[in-house]
This record gives sequence, C-alpha cells and structure tokens, in this order.
Amino acid sequence: MEKFITNISPPSGFSLGLKELWQYRELFYFFTWRDIKVKYKQTYLGILWALLQPLGMMIIFTFLFSKTWKIDTGVISYPIFVLAGLICWNLFNASVSHAAESMIQNANIIKKIYFPRLIIPGSSILVALFDFIMGFIIFIAFCIFYKQSIHWTAIFYFPAGIFIILVAAFGAGTFLAALNVKFRDFRYTISFVMQVLFFSSQVIYPLQSIQQSWLKYILAMNPMNTALELFRKPLSDNQSDLNALLIGLTITIFILIVGILYFRKTEAYFADLA
Amino acid sequence: MKPAIEIRNLGKEYKLAEQQPYVALRDVISNGVKNIFTTKLKSAEKFWALKDINLDIMPGERVGIIGRNGAGKSTLLKIISRITPPTTGHATIRGRVGSLLEVGTGFHPELTGRENIYLNGSILGLKKAEINKQLEAIIDFSGVEKFIDVPLKHYSSGMQLRLAFSVAAHLEPEILLIDEVLAVGDIEFQKKCIGKMGELSKEKGRTILFVSHDLGAVLRFTTYCLLLEKGKIIFQGNTEDTINAYHKKKEEVSLEYVNIKLSSKPQINGIRIITSEPYNIHIHGKPLKIEIEINVPENKEKLALSCQLMNTKMQSTLHFWIVDGNSTQFNKKGKYLVECLIPKLRLYKGTYSLNVYLGEDRGKEVFDYIENATPFEISMSGIDPGHSFGWQDDSCLYREEHAWHIQKK
Repeated sequence: MEKFITNISPPSGFSLGLKELWQYRELFYFFTWRDIKVKYKQTYLGILWALLQPLGMMIIFTFLFSKTWKIDTGVISYPIFVLAGLICWNLFNASVSHAAESMIQNANIIKKIYFPRLIIPGSSILVALFDFIMGFIIFIAFCIFYKQSIHWTAIFYFPAGIFIILVAAFGAGTFLAALNVKFRDFRYTISFVMQVLFFSSQVIYPLQSIQQSWLKYILAMNPMNTALELFRKPLSDNQSDLNALLIGLTITIFILIVGILYFRKTEAYFADLA
Repeated sequence: MKPAIEIRNLGKEYKLAEQQPYVALRDVISNGVKNIFTTKLKSAEKFWALKDINLDIMPGERVGIIGRNGAGKSTLLKIISRITPPTTGHATIRGRVGSLLEVGTGFHPELTGRENIYLNGSILGLKKAEINKQLEAIIDFSGVEKFIDVPLKHYSSGMQLRLAFSVAAHLEPEILLIDEVLAVGDIEFQKKCIGKMGELSKEKGRTILFVSHDLGAVLRFTTYCLLLEKGKIIFQGNTEDTINAYHKKKEEVSLEYVNIKLSSKPQINGIRIITSEPYNIHIHGKPLKIEIEINVPENKEKLALSCQLMNTKMQSTLHFWIVDGNSTQFNKKGKYLVECLIPKLRLYKGTYSLNVYLGEDRGKEVFDYIENATPFEISMSGIDPGHSFGWQDDSCLYREEHAWHIQKK
C-alpha cells in the first residue's frame, strides 16, 4: 500500500508546490467543470451569452469608430480589429475579476478542506478560457465572412497572445484574490482599475494611432497591449516595436512572480481570515 | 509500528481581531497615517487556541476529543487536516487523511445529485476512478436513487444530508477526522453511518479522531479519549474515565450566558432563562420564558433560531425554532431580543440546559451555537404526586395532562 506521510509545521520558505498541484489535477478539472456547468445552467440562453456580449460591443464600436469617428486600422477592417480586441479583453477581464473573487466565493470549502489553494483562481481562469474559445470560433467565422486574410504565422501568434493574457491574468488574479481575502474593501477598486486598463489597451484603437512616443512606452507596460500586438500580427502588415513588446513581456513575468509569491505567502492563513 | 499521528509541542496562536477577522483597507491606510505621527505600533491581543499538545495515536486507534466550546477541539482537527497551519511545533501524519469537518462541503444546488457526488468526492480527495467504482454503492447507501439526476436544490435538507454522508462514508482514508457531523440528521441514518464507519474502521484498521458534543456517540465509538480545556489536554485515558472527568469539570457553570466577543457574523449575545423561582429553579408545569439576545451585523436573508432543552444524558427533550418570515423580522441589521414563552413546561424533574443555534435557513449555515448554557433545575416541589411513592428520579421524562375514566362492566 502506498504510504502518505505528511509533515505539518509552521509555514516557512517558499515553494511553488507544483508536485502537489499535479496530484490534485482532477480537482482542478472538477472546479472548472462545476463553474462552467453552473454558469450555463442558470441562464436561459446559456452559452449564447459568451457570444452575444462581444458581438454587441463589436457592433457598437464599429458604428462609433468606423462610421462616425474614423479610426485607421490599416489593412485590417475595423469590425475584425475590434472583435479580436474584445474577445481578448474579455478573456483578461473575466479571468482577473473571477479569480479575484474566487477565494471569497469558495470560502466555505477553503475553511473545511485542504487542497492547494492555487487551484481556485486557476480554475476561474480556465472557465474564462472556455468562454474565449467560443468567442474565438465566432471570430474565425467573421474573418471568413469579411474575407480577412490570416497569415500562416497565426499558428504561433494567436497562442502567444493568448498565453500572455493568461499569464498576466493569473498573476494579477492570484494577487488580487489574496488581497481580497485580507482586505475586503479592495474589491471595489477592481472594476475601476479594469476600466482604466481597458482604455489603455489597444482594444478599440490601434497603438499606432498614438503620436507621442513616451506615451507609447508607458502603454507598452500594459501586458494587454503586448498580447493584442501579437494576436493581431497575422491579420495586418504592421511592424511591431520590439522594445515595446519586450517591456510588456517583462512586466507580464513580473506580475506573475509577484502574484504567485504573495498568494503563496498568505494562503496558509486563508482559512483563518475568510 | 510508528504512530499514525505524532504531535509534538503543537501550538496555535490567534490574533484576537477587535471587530472583524479580516481588515478593511481604509483602516490600514488611516492607521498608517496615524502611525506616522504617533510612531506607536498597535499590538493586537493574542491568545493560544492550542498549546503544548503532545500526542501519539497508533494506527487503528479510535480516539475521541471532548471539551467545551472554544477548548481547541476543532482547531486541533483543522491543523491535522492542514486547513490552518500551527504556530509552533510539528505533527507527522502517516497515511491519507480524510476530513469530515463538515459533510457536504462544496455541494452545489444547481448540480444534480450524481454531479454533486463527483464534485464532493473529488473535494474530499477521491480520484475520479475511485468515485466511478463506488458510485453505485454511494447512491445505494444514500437512499435517494430516484432523485439522483435531479438538481440538488429540489432535495429536502434530509436528503441532501444523506447524500453527503453517503459520499463521506465511502471515503477510504487511513485516518478519518470527524467533527460534529453526527449531531445532525435523522437518528436512524446517524446510526447507519456510525455503524458503517465503525465497521470500516475496525475491519480495515483505520485510525479515527472523533470530535463531538454527543457524549453518547463518543462512548459508543471510541475507546480512548482526550479532554481539552483552554487549548491544553487536561485529561486523557479510556473514554469512560475521560467523560467522567469532563462531567466533574462542567459543574462550574454560570446561570446566564453572556458573550462579549464581537464577530462579523450573526451571533448570540446572551441567553437568559426566566424560571418560576430564583436561581434558575423552575416548578414543573409553570410558564417558562427563554430570552435570547442576538446581533445581526449585516442583513441576512432567512435567519433561523432554534433552541433545544437538553437533559443530563445529553438528550434533547424539547426543540423550539423560529424561522424568519413575513410576520417575524430579525434578519435586518441590528440587535434583537427574541423571547420564547412556554405556557406550561411539563418536563419531569431534573437538570436541563439549553443548546441555542443561530443559522441561515437557506444556506444551512450555522453562524453561532451555544451548548449547555443556562443550566436550570425542574422541581416537583409543591405538586402532590397523589401516591405514597413520591416523585422518583427518572420515572419519566415528561408529564402530560390526562384523564382516567373508569366504567364498571
């Protein structure tokens, strides 16, 4: 018989606990499965909601910025440009806000059962990824409809963009989740910060349309700009600013490290606080 | 053979949060600003929930833990199940731990019974393959086969509990931690569960740690027992001796319950019992009033307050409850005095105490509970027994109004 030996002692040192996460991989799956199932069981239109929201926004922004105030998006037509931006933004926004709330929503489980706590914000990000995949299918359909050419390098650029979103969202999500457990009034700032991030990301406008170079470099610190630059690359012939991409990448890794470090440092006490 | 659970100098210190267990950012910021000017660090009050615990439990041993509320029983189980870390000392656990700190953890009302078995099972540490293998047995044991594909929100609370127990009873850990679970649910099903768990632990040599207020269950279920008080083990030995030691300790109790700690959850602030005579002595058949003060710090949906009159054998002799509804309102933020009047209390003579529970009807969450509070004595003095034997101890539990009718045939 396999023998499990557990040593319990006051928290010290730091480890990612990857081995343990792997042992609990099924729980990861079940939490994600539960959230997806419950989310769509409670709504009449079910999975359609994941599609209607970005489509509606796309129509509004297209009406505003390609008919009323013209925004130049180069070879890529505005509806495709903004739809790509919106599905990516939704992935980031949903990941971060759900992960941030996740620890409090699952407080009753956290207080009673032990498992690696990273599973909880992690699975809320997987739920957001599920919605994204639905939106992505619609996006591809629209590309075909608008006869948008997609360069073959998309095989690399699409996943790279999505990966950066997920990494940044995981870092920010775990950080906010831990802060939320400790400081309950923190949650009210999240939606405001997300709004600021939305307008500083090239979701509805291209970064090229900004004239001041200093502003460009400040905006490059937003990981969403890096992600969108990569995601839209196979759709256009724009030259990307390599320095800006590197800045974004560095910040993304920084957010991930800070988020996980802070989460792991405080997680032992979640059961006492929640 | 090495012990299954080995605990050395284990201690757990909690910071006594002044008002709420978590912090508001605004306080941190405003305190920070104050600190710049005063440069005085405010030290939070601390207390040791557990201190210097040393314990060896051999594989296959069934150990009970008893003690008053706040003695540290649940904290000990929480540390062993790794929900919360200790402050000092260490513990070594040899074997897979199954924790039944609360059955039905993670149950979701929107999912069906079958889906919840998978979810709950995997939260409790079962692998999917293990659940597949046990699924039929779990459904069978729960007795809710007919509704297994119906969302849980349509189940009665009894059915939910049976399903939860059933999953829990089919866990196969080497070490099983049980806390308070047997205090709920219908008696028949409880017996079935105790039977099942007892049988499994004996057959498979499982180690069990059992925390309960139900001394009867502790007696049936365990052979060895620890008595905790204020975070320390003050007695250990075979179960009967430990229960006796506990009874001796318990006599130092007060006539009225007053809570001074503040919590962010609805809580019971005070319990008083208005007996017919002073010093909590009550004459059989006279009106009795129970006064419960509660504090609701934020609006809740459907609060439920219930109170049991317990006899010395820890049996609940009467149970009264009130669920917040249209005519009653105590779910809004504020403090309330809830009174329960029993016009004729006809319990037989003896010593009784109150268990009071404050919870939410919908979420089935218990916010606060006080056990063995306000002990009182029911006396038959002044009542003519009508026969020469007098009022004998334990002749019955309860007397009811009745009439004899005799006919000559």
